[in-house]
Amino acid sequence: MDMNNVPQEGNKTLGGHKKAVYAKDADGHIVAVASKGWEVEEIVTSQAVAEMMALTETARQNVLNGLSAPLEYWMYARRMDLLLLAQTTGLWRWRIRRHCRPAIFARLPYGLLARYAEALGLTLQELQHLP
Amino acid sequence: MTFAHHRHAAHCESGVISNLISHHGMPVSEAMAFGLSAALSFAYLPFIKLSGLPLIAYRQPPRAIIKGLAKALAAEFRFETFRTPAAGQARLDELLTQGQVVGLQTSVYWLPYFPEDMRFHFNAHNLLVYGKEGDDYLISDPVAEHPVRCNAEALSRARFSKGLLAPKGLLYTMVKLGPSIITPYAARKAILKTCRIMRAPIPIIGVRGIKMLANKVAQLDPTARRSSLFVGHIIRMQEEIGTGGAGFRFLYAAFLQEAAELSGMAVLTGFSERLMVIGDGWREFALTTARMVKGRDAMSPTKLAGMLRNLAEQEEVFFRELKMAMT
Repeated sequence: MDMNNVPQEGNKTLGGHKKAVYAKDADGHIVAVASKGWEVEEIVTSQAVAEMMALTETARQNVLNGLSAPLEYWMYARRMDLLLLAQTTGLWRWRIRRHCRPAIFARLPYGLLARYAEALGLTLQELQHLP
Repeated sequence: MTFAHHRHAAHCESGVISNLISHHGMPVSEAMAFGLSAALSFAYLPFIKLSGLPLIAYRQPPRAIIKGLAKALAAEFRFETFRTPAAGQARLDELLTQGQVVGLQTSVYWLPYFPEDMRFHFNAHNLLVYGKEGDDYLISDPVAEHPVRCNAEALSRARFSKGLLAPKGLLYTMVKLGPSIITPYAARKAILKTCRIMRAPIPIIGVRGIKMLANKVAQLDPTARRSSLFVGHIIRMQEEIGTGGAGFRFLYAAFLQEAAELSGMAVLTGFSERLMVIGDGWREFALTTARMVKGRDAMSPTKLAGMLRNLAEQEEVFFRELKMAMT
């Protein structure tokens, strides 16, 4: 890639940051060039972000319809999935799945709630409600 | 307080380590750090899942660059991990008071200065801390153009995140610098190692890994939403996460060009040119895929698999000939 072919398309996913891309300058030296972004990156990043947001939104609806506990919402809102939350809290996945049932979440002991709150970077108050 | 050796880099680990070594008095470029540690690779690891998608890496695992470079330059780094965030922060503060520049492994998700859309749970992001002002740490994050700041609480959270590749508060400092020269011998050895990795007889590594990924792509159902996510994920691993373009191929070409100036290595100039061309092929693959993800072109797994196989063929020939030129 030549230096003047380095994309400068101003990705919104970069939030105004620039990233370094290696390209050839006029003398043929390969150097780092600051790029404002490439549409290709924007497309795939937005796709991944949109996927996370869709999961979060589904979880929110489930909570509103009484099918799931706020825990599930917060898990996705923090861009985690079951596996990652299990690794972060040190709980088994089936337990987390069970804790996502509203009736069971409602009578979760303080210790477990605190563990979830810590893992998700929330206060106990926040964890128990939708924002 | 400023840090004189903050240089904008494509990749966090090679950037951090080259800046750290430069700070200790041996100017070394990011590309040289990347190449000398034989960090270029390809791996398709279906048994490690990131949000349900297989891990696809265009380089060696985290910490390979630091360790590889330490070996190539006969330098020494000291690594420390901690049980509690409090201990980790105390030690960091202690080192900073001694005037050290400290490398950290962190999770991208909990770093507040990262753009919102780039914050995913990726645990092996490297950065340098060079000072503290009040409650803020002064950070030289090589993937950011300028030095940044981060408050103590957020940094502590980022250092003690859990999950895959959990950093456990890892910090590292440079203990000793070796003879401070890059020998043709070290470069040759690193290049041969990369050739060996890229042509490894393991189905998920190197050229064979690319072919295996091509086969997986070929099996995708063109109408399923999951397929689009899968190919989009490949491109994110290749371009978005700080690779300097074309899944580190451009960065490695820069290394080959720089290594060609060492005595008796002039032959590398031609290889550098060739790798740039292969890199352009990877960029084209990214562009074609993104158009399909966006729905501008019809999703065609067969076409994408064909492009990947073609790239695998080119790299096979490239690394075979590179090996012959080096032995």
